[in-house]
Amino acid sequence: MTDPSRATIAELRDLVVSGRMSASEICKAHLGRTRAVDDRVKAYRSVLERQALAEADAVDRARRESRPLGPLAGVPIAVKDVLCTQGTPTTCGSRILENFVPYYDATCVARLREAGAVIIGKTNMDEFAMGSSTENSAFEVTRNPWDLTRVPGGSSGGSAAAVAAGMVPAALGTDTGGSIRQPAALCGVPGLKPTYGRVSRYGLVAFASSLDQAGPFGRTVADVARILQVIAGHDPLDSTSAPEPVPDYLGGLERGIAGLRIGVPKEYFPAGLDAEVHGSVRAALAAAERLGASIDEVSLPHTEYAIPTYYIIATAEASSNLARYDGVRYGLRAAGAPDIAQLFRKTRNAGFGAEVKRRIMLGTYVLSSGYYDAYYLKGQKVRTLIRRDFEDAFRRVDLLITPTTPSAAFRIGEKVDDPLAMYLSDIFTVTINLAGLPGMSIPCGLTRDGLPIGAQIIGPRFGEDVVLRAAAALEGAMQFRDRHPPLPR
Amino acid sequence: MTYETIIGLEVHCQLLTASKIFCGCRTRFGDPPNTNVCPICLGMPGSLPVLNRTAVDYAIRAALTLDCDIRPRSIFARKNYFYPDLPKGYQISMYDQPLAVGGHLDIEAGGARRRIGITRIHMEEDAGDLRSPEEAHAYYSALRNLLVDIGVTDGNMEEGSLRCDANVSLRPKGQAAFGTKAELKNLNSFRFVQKALEYEIRRQTQLLDAGQRVAQETRLYDSEEDKTYTMRSKEEAHDYRYFPEPDLLPLLVEKEWIEEVRKSLPAKLLSQRREEYITAYGLLAQVATTLTSSQPMADYFEATATAAGDHKAAANWISGEVLARMKEGGFDIVVLKSKLPPERLGGLIARVKDGTVSGSTGKEVLETILRTGQDPDEVIRSSGLAQVSDEGALEEAIEKVVAASPGQLAQYKAGKTTLLGYFVGQVLKATGGKANPALVNRLLKERLDR
Ligand SMILES: [Zn+2]
Repeated sequence: MTDPSRATIAELRDLVVSGRMSASEICKAHLGRTRAVDDRVKAYRSVLERQALAEADAVDRARRESRPLGPLAGVPIAVKDVLCTQGTPTTCGSRILENFVPYYDATCVARLREAGAVIIGKTNMDEFAMGSSTENSAFEVTRNPWDLTRVPGGSSGGSAAAVAAGMVPAALGTDTGGSIRQPAALCGVPGLKPTYGRVSRYGLVAFASSLDQAGPFGRTVADVARILQVIAGHDPLDSTSAPEPVPDYLGGLERGIAGLRIGVPKEYFPAGLDAEVHGSVRAALAAAERLGASIDEVSLPHTEYAIPTYYIIATAEASSNLARYDGVRYGLRAAGAPDIAQLFRKTRNAGFGAEVKRRIMLGTYVLSSGYYDAYYLKGQKVRTLIRRDFEDAFRRVDLLITPTTPSAAFRIGEKVDDPLAMYLSDIFTVTINLAGLPGMSIPCGLTRDGLPIGAQIIGPRFGEDVVLRAAAALEGAMQFRDRHPPLPR
Repeated sequence: MTYETIIGLEVHCQLLTASKIFCGCRTRFGDPPNTNVCPICLGMPGSLPVLNRTAVDYAIRAALTLDCDIRPRSIFARKNYFYPDLPKGYQISMYDQPLAVGGHLDIEAGGARRRIGITRIHMEEDAGDLRSPEEAHAYYSALRNLLVDIGVTDGNMEEGSLRCDANVSLRPKGQAAFGTKAELKNLNSFRFVQKALEYEIRRQTQLLDAGQRVAQETRLYDSEEDKTYTMRSKEEAHDYRYFPEPDLLPLLVEKEWIEEVRKSLPAKLLSQRREEYITAYGLLAQVATTLTSSQPMADYFEATATAAGDHKAAANWISGEVLARMKEGGFDIVVLKSKLPPERLGGLIARVKDGTVSGSTGKEVLETILRTGQDPDEVIRSSGLAQVSDEGALEEAIEKVVAASPGQLAQYKAGKTTLLGYFVGQVLKATGGKANPALVNRLLKERLDR
């Protein structure tokens, strides 16, 4: 019988629809796997056992009553704790929202539910999605299933680790500067950040509104396509969600990579790049060429300004987005404040962690009168230049392929005291958020130490279909699917 | 020293939209607190604003009426500050790219007409440039009337639909540079705007005369004491850290949208109608103001005048008798229209004009119409109130009166012509007050001078 903790969404749905396995059994199998390994991995903030079993039960009842089953019927899915889930805690990895229970679903979560998915748990993350290792969670450090002494990446480290460890077939993350793609690369699973505006941000607790985007992790590229199909599309509750029609992502997957022009931006292969990362990504490019794609070197000349630009814009927006956590309406409220100003100060001082405070201060600074022009305004101008770099490149090529990260998973604690080193682990991913483009990480090899390496596929705006097509072709060629982390079965 | 005063007003006007500007919640004043709320207006984590198109319609209306230049592309911005009643920790506003710029409003203050410039309109505020508290008062009330006129607000200051902040600075006459300005808050009536500004100008004049400086600060007006107090100084002034609101797209207003809104505006503004009443119909300014207190009132006046065939008479009746009845009965123009349709009032005025009834009888007829809802001609006929305008009948009555007053006739003939009044009174008495006084006058004169 199929091992549900390694099955794809299509296989799981088939089991449910054919009646060979009930949604409840599938849910229990994943809950069992979670009990067996999550005390070591610590991917989840909360496992919604009772609620998930009730949802699975509802799917089984629908089947018995011959009611139509959705495209994700009975498929367990984990959701990053930054996406609002009605009636269950949504902490954003922060003390300040430790007891916050929203009475509404994020639009992408609501769409998963409508498609029959079973929301099985909320995953750990860096506080307010600020970080690249999940070490900034106020609650616990998630571990990399491939090596428990190493980080899973971040900020969606919990979602990536849960999928990599076989605890769930798919998960939602969010990506502001690489927070889906970087943990996907470090945990050896496919993960996609869609075009800005492709997926509604309603119910995604904002970090940087002009950069944030939710997207899926899966066991396979096809699974990622299946989830995207469900969550993509315009939402009247999000003015920045795009009205563009949603193509049939799954239908296009088999079309292969032959004939596609792939650009290799030279700025993403610097002299000091980790040799094993370099080698694996080059191997992926060679595979693409064998499958009939053409490879061309391109240039994205403003790449070197990406990190400072990103940290100006993201922190500016964050400083404003996080102003609402003041202890007045919900979340943590500091005790013993003599007046309202003290309440604000004490609540925020106690509720936010060091990295969040650092970014609020940075963002407040770059927006302050006298500094706005030199930082925020200049940042916006450079952002436009970065966007143009990509537009120019996509006049010549269909896709770009780069390493997702400069190195494989680093050790827990290794960069925690060096914010700049931590920021640089997003050096290949932040540009894609600044340009608002779709980007996907797929596993393309292992280091000698057995750590996954990710290749990043970047497409033009709303080019998720082409990105997924190429990812599926490379997935087949790289034969990574048979590799599993060394966790006990 | 004599100083020149510069006053700027920032007027906040609550639009009459059914729902709030960035969510679907209703905007009804007086509902219990926290009933018209949702995750969006509570600023709950993950919620996002969505712009209400009707609010933009209304802002465009105001911009068109104030002759502003409507920008094809404007940008919402976040104004960041901490405040207990500010759920998100920022207010969505407009900053360097507002909806409309460069309009004006004409006012009358102290007998002079002035054109007050309007710097900008965004979804919630206007600012102008004024030279006296009296002008500020006139501007604020003219602006209120206009915004109510075009239906974008109810203009209710008690409910906070309209608020106003003012800033004021003095400079020695002849100096080009502006003086340091103080911002005044809490000016929630027309009178307070004027009084707070008057106080503030006195205060600043005393400071400057004593060689002291005016501090740049925000001051609060206390209407009980008629004084302004420091609320916060410049050192405590906010740095609002404005930046473009990333949750909303730029607001694009195409020509078609503006034209669509233009069609919904009243054909004539009240200020234009008032002007017309004075110049074309020769009405007194005060009467014209009364008749243009609202579009329905002006419509009522014009319909009445058409039915009466006389604008002046209609104006006098409405601003006098009818308005007094409305005040007495405590009813508004809508009720008036149903109780006394303009055609009916016009008909009555016509009957007075053509002498069917006297002016004082007309007032009685008006009472009856308001009470019974009858037609004026019906009232006049059924109650026998019509004047006697039959010359034969009147001549007969006159002969009787003259015959009964030989002494008075002799005195009149001897030159005491003021006795005409005595004879008129006697004839009116004899006809039970129904005689047409003008006719009696003429016939009597003819008879006595014979
Ligand atoms: Zn609301």
